[in-house]
Amino acid sequence: MIDIKDIVKPENLVFKKSRVLTDNPMHYCPGCSHGVVHNLIAEIIEEMDIQDNVIGVAPVGCSVLAYNYIDIDWHEAAHGRAPALATGIKRLMPEKFVFTYQGDGDLAAIGTAETIHACNRGENITIVFINNGIYGMTGGQMAPTTLEGMVASTCPSGREHARDGYPIKITELLAQLPGTCYVTRQAVHTAGSVRKTKKALRKAFENQTRNRGTSIVEVVSTCNSGWKMSPVKANDWMVENMFPFYPLGDLKDE
Amino acid sequence: MRELKLMKGNEAIAEAAIRYGVDGYFGYPITPQSEVMETLMAMRPWETTGMVVLQAESEVASINMLYGGAGSGKRVMTSSSSPGISLMQEGISYIAGAELPCVIVNVVRGGPGLGTIQPSQSDYFQAVKGGGHGDYKLIVLAPSSVQEMVDFVGLAFDLAFKYRNPAMILSDGVIGQMMEKVEFDEYKPRWTREEIIAKNPWAATGKPPTRERNIITSLHLQAVDQEKQNIKLQAKYKEIQEKEVRYETYLCDDAEYLIVAFGSSARISKKSVEIAREKGIKVGLLRPITLFPFPYKEIGAYTDQVKGILTVEMNAGQMVEDVRLAVEGKVKVEHYGRMGGMISSPDEVENALEELIIGG
Repeated sequence: MIDIKDIVKPENLVFKKSRVLTDNPMHYCPGCSHGVVHNLIAEIIEEMDIQDNVIGVAPVGCSVLAYNYIDIDWHEAAHGRAPALATGIKRLMPEKFVFTYQGDGDLAAIGTAETIHACNRGENITIVFINNGIYGMTGGQMAPTTLEGMVASTCPSGREHARDGYPIKITELLAQLPGTCYVTRQAVHTAGSVRKTKKALRKAFENQTRNRGTSIVEVVSTCNSGWKMSPVKANDWMVENMFPFYPLGDLKDE
Repeated sequence: MRELKLMKGNEAIAEAAIRYGVDGYFGYPITPQSEVMETLMAMRPWETTGMVVLQAESEVASINMLYGGAGSGKRVMTSSSSPGISLMQEGISYIAGAELPCVIVNVVRGGPGLGTIQPSQSDYFQAVKGGGHGDYKLIVLAPSSVQEMVDFVGLAFDLAFKYRNPAMILSDGVIGQMMEKVEFDEYKPRWTREEIIAKNPWAATGKPPTRERNIITSLHLQAVDQEKQNIKLQAKYKEIQEKEVRYETYLCDDAEYLIVAFGSSARISKKSVEIAREKGIKVGLLRPITLFPFPYKEIGAYTDQVKGILTVEMNAGQMVEDVRLAVEGKVKVEHYGRMGGMISSPDEVENALEELIIGG
């Protein structure tokens, strides 16, 4: 009979929580992508050894409490205003790494102007954009990125463009701006995609040392609670429905 | 040695900011205050003091750049005029809630709506009573000369950092646009990184291993925590009310009547007092310099001495409500004011004193 002491040995270690992640229990629903992306950011901050040199800007949305989980200095923005805050922070402290962490409603609806103009100025910041096509925190309302036909509490029979407008491909739009240097769309639904997203996030952070402009990493994500699906089904639904409209890959890498 | 110049109020406030060692200015053009950013851009302070100047895409963005910048513990300011200040109210409420120091200049124009580009004082309520959502107060200073536009930059920053509270300089199109002789102090150096961390240990400057992470936020999800924060804020406002009232009096010692006016209305009213005195009317002027904290007690002290009080404002009667609160019904208080960008003449004010207070 193997004792637990025989298993818990350094040579058997396959995963270790980043020391930049706090011990606070996350409020995210089981199956939510936020926890994975938080963990990746924490790992990157640890690996780049920039914990004392990084400032995060949290949004309004489910990740409004991101500052409870990643052990760095944070600034909590008003809904949609994170890129403006990040602009103020980075302009005054250009030596710091500054990133925003925003959902689709935050970045592509209420904060569209702040997002586009921060990117157009080429602010030397990193934007992490979680796109799950729904307002998770407020209970599943239609987002700017909600797909046509997709059900949300404010389009209960599905999004219709005649009434609700079209889903916005904001990332493609941002890639057109000369101020952005790296624009990519990733996902975290498989081990492979998590590794790819980590690579993308690392590059987006490292770009700040090159001062070439704004780096944006969109992570197409599930919201199994908002979508009213099991985590596994939500992943399948995302692959079948979200990926064809929001294809993964680099849109710009300069 | 103080340097003497002839300048517009808007230009003067820009130069005063550079000289005071302000770290950042974020703004958006709007008449009648656009000269503030134009002057800063022309003076290129990033090449001398290292001050950052940035034109934002909107007032919504500029106040949020200010919010971010203020969280770094540096001295940041913005300026705008009434419609732009309305757009900033969301950010101002967050800054007050997160208890960050910064300076906001409002060169007031007539409203409501798009209104006019002419001077007004119709943003008194917005500045003093809130404007944005939630229970909060701004420290509000009302300059009545170009010199005070200069002097109040430093005062506003000192008070803002002393109390970790946003401060507003509530000016108007008269003070912003008129040219006057003005004296400047020598250039002060900006705070060093070490000074910022020592003075503002709360600032989000990057978390060293030696402290817990600093979180700049106005979010307290639990009602019990939010109430605690509200109680803390109210205690701070009470302290400000007790310690920071500033006002000026003119010929009040023997006054039988009092005019209360702030900003450019006080300039006009000073002349009205002189006209009335020539007629043998014993009237004095009390000019609140801080609108929050308002000189309630100081005005209330005149209820045993004067027979009536006239408030003069370039609005429909806003500060008059605070003056009535101050005198608690013991003395007659009336308002006289022009609106929509019209400016009272000293004679008009003097006539109003005779008609509304002495004869009324």
